[in-house]
Amino acid sequence: MILKNFLLLSTAVILGTSFIGTALAAPKAITLLNVSYDPTRELYEDFNTVFAKYWKEKTGETVKINQSHGGSGKQARAVIDGLDADVVTLALAYDIDAIAEKSNFIPKNWQARLPNNSSPYTSTIVFLVRWGNPKNIKDWDDLIKPGISVITPNPKTSGGARWNYLAAWGYALKRWNNDENKAKEFVTALYKNVPVLDSGARGSMTTFVERGIGDVLVSWENEAFLAVNELGQGKLEIVIPAVSILAEPPVALVEGNVDRRGTRKIAEAYLQYLYCEQGQEVAAKHYYRPRLESVTKKYADKFPKVNLFTIDEIFGGWQKAQKTHFADHGIFDQIYQN
Amino acid sequence: MFLSQHKQHTLPGFHLSLGYTIFYLSLMVLIPLSMLFIKTAALSFKEFLGIVTAPRTLAAYRLSFETSLISASINAIFGFLVAWVLARYSFPGKKIIDALVDFPFALPTAVAGIALTAIYSPHGWVGQYLAQMGIKGAFSPLGIVIALTFIGLPFVIRTLEPVLQDIDPEIEEAAACLGANRWQSFAKVIFPILLPPLLTGFTLSFARAVGEYGSVIFIAGNMPGKTEIAPLLIMTKLEQYDYSGATAIAVVMLLVSFLILGISNFLQWLTAKRIGMN
Repeated sequence: MILKNFLLLSTAVILGTSFIGTALAAPKAITLLNVSYDPTRELYEDFNTVFAKYWKEKTGETVKINQSHGGSGKQARAVIDGLDADVVTLALAYDIDAIAEKSNFIPKNWQARLPNNSSPYTSTIVFLVRWGNPKNIKDWDDLIKPGISVITPNPKTSGGARWNYLAAWGYALKRWNNDENKAKEFVTALYKNVPVLDSGARGSMTTFVERGIGDVLVSWENEAFLAVNELGQGKLEIVIPAVSILAEPPVALVEGNVDRRGTRKIAEAYLQYLYCEQGQEVAAKHYYRPRLESVTKKYADKFPKVNLFTIDEIFGGWQKAQKTHFADHGIFDQIYQN
Repeated sequence: MFLSQHKQHTLPGFHLSLGYTIFYLSLMVLIPLSMLFIKTAALSFKEFLGIVTAPRTLAAYRLSFETSLISASINAIFGFLVAWVLARYSFPGKKIIDALVDFPFALPTAVAGIALTAIYSPHGWVGQYLAQMGIKGAFSPLGIVIALTFIGLPFVIRTLEPVLQDIDPEIEEAAACLGANRWQSFAKVIFPILLPPLLTGFTLSFARAVGEYGSVIFIAGNMPGKTEIAPLLIMTKLEQYDYSGATAIAVVMLLVSFLILGISNFLQWLTAKRIGMN
């Protein structure tokens, strides 16, 4: 009996305090949800702090930004299925296209709504090799030499890895005057040298760095920098090919969610802030190539000049590239058919 | 008829608990599974057949079911041994070994996959010696079997152990008194009792292995047509936002698993009946 009373009383106390707690917490902090892909975790942790400070100074409102990270395609599916994202910052436009197509949360013309193809920062595809470059890997041609073991993730499961594949294909087209057959031969030879197709970019990084498998890792530039810095000097070095692709990880406002959640204004400001000097600084610090001239100049020694081509130039956009290369029975599947 | 059946329940609450059971199972199992079939229904039968009989899909099915069968068999044999040791003998450190058995249950499968890959990759502790003998540990079907054996390990042991402990020593004594030698009393007396739980353990271990994704993708190498398991193929379909294609592959896996579970249940029923009749 005493126990029962005690239980009742404590329940009442807990309930009461939680009500008071919610009442006192008003005015409520605004929350934003940024649904992003795997390697941007540190970038957005930093950027969110910078943005929250800026927003507090500008409007006096406190904003708390939640982050969600995972494979780019998986994240897009979560948004399609109803994850309450205010903004998405993914690895490739194809995944945001999919949200636009399957859910109508994002208008079809989203990529034209923000400057620079909606990609506030860029990256490119580079090579990570063992210290001293023992196999003397200098450019794409070296990757197809017999006996060279190349590590790259499976483009069918990893959005990031599709950029790797397209970079190789684009290089081959440039090298052999747009001869598609030559490009296919080149990419086939390259994937013949791949002993393990991990399902994601971080998996490939582990295979190359921790397991010691492979002579060269084809990687995003920002990831390569991260690996070199984390392991310290004397383990790995970055080789920048003469020609590579301009990787444009895009961002978009999830229109279908922001109006309902009343976060349109702040979500728009959040994305805009990525383009201004402070935002670009944060991106550059995390090894993404900035778009803004002034910031690019400041970090010029960090990002060597590469002859970059875009996916629109060479492949006519993501939809086309996806369909030709990565869909079932596409060219990537054909490579593995014999 | 209904009334007489109703009277048999000596404990109250049958209707309530049955209702709850059906509701719960519908919510957690039946509705999600029916979604699988509804999504697949978006395909025409020809499309469906095209997807599930593509050479790559067939190779993945074969790999998934073969490796699962092999690893469940390994688990049945060695799990029997471990359960026997744990139930029959007492030795220092037994409690620790007993706790270790549950480890694969608790460990996140991705962690298991990464750890196993580290050990069996060509530069790993075990992998380097395998490589010297020309055997590929990780990044081959063998690696998949290793991962599946690891995650399925506890099932056979945990289903056999209680049954083993419950076997009355008097049964063996009686067999000995009646002139059975040690082998006979094991093969004719003890083993038949253990067969049903062994089959259960085998089936559970197999079912777990067929659906496993997290640990396998790290160790498999994921080469199309060679070391690509069916769940990975489902993931690649999803990456293309091909929901119906993904569910088509899943439906076939579900049906085959269901068939295998059915056969196993039938075998269990058969052995139970035989023992009962003896």
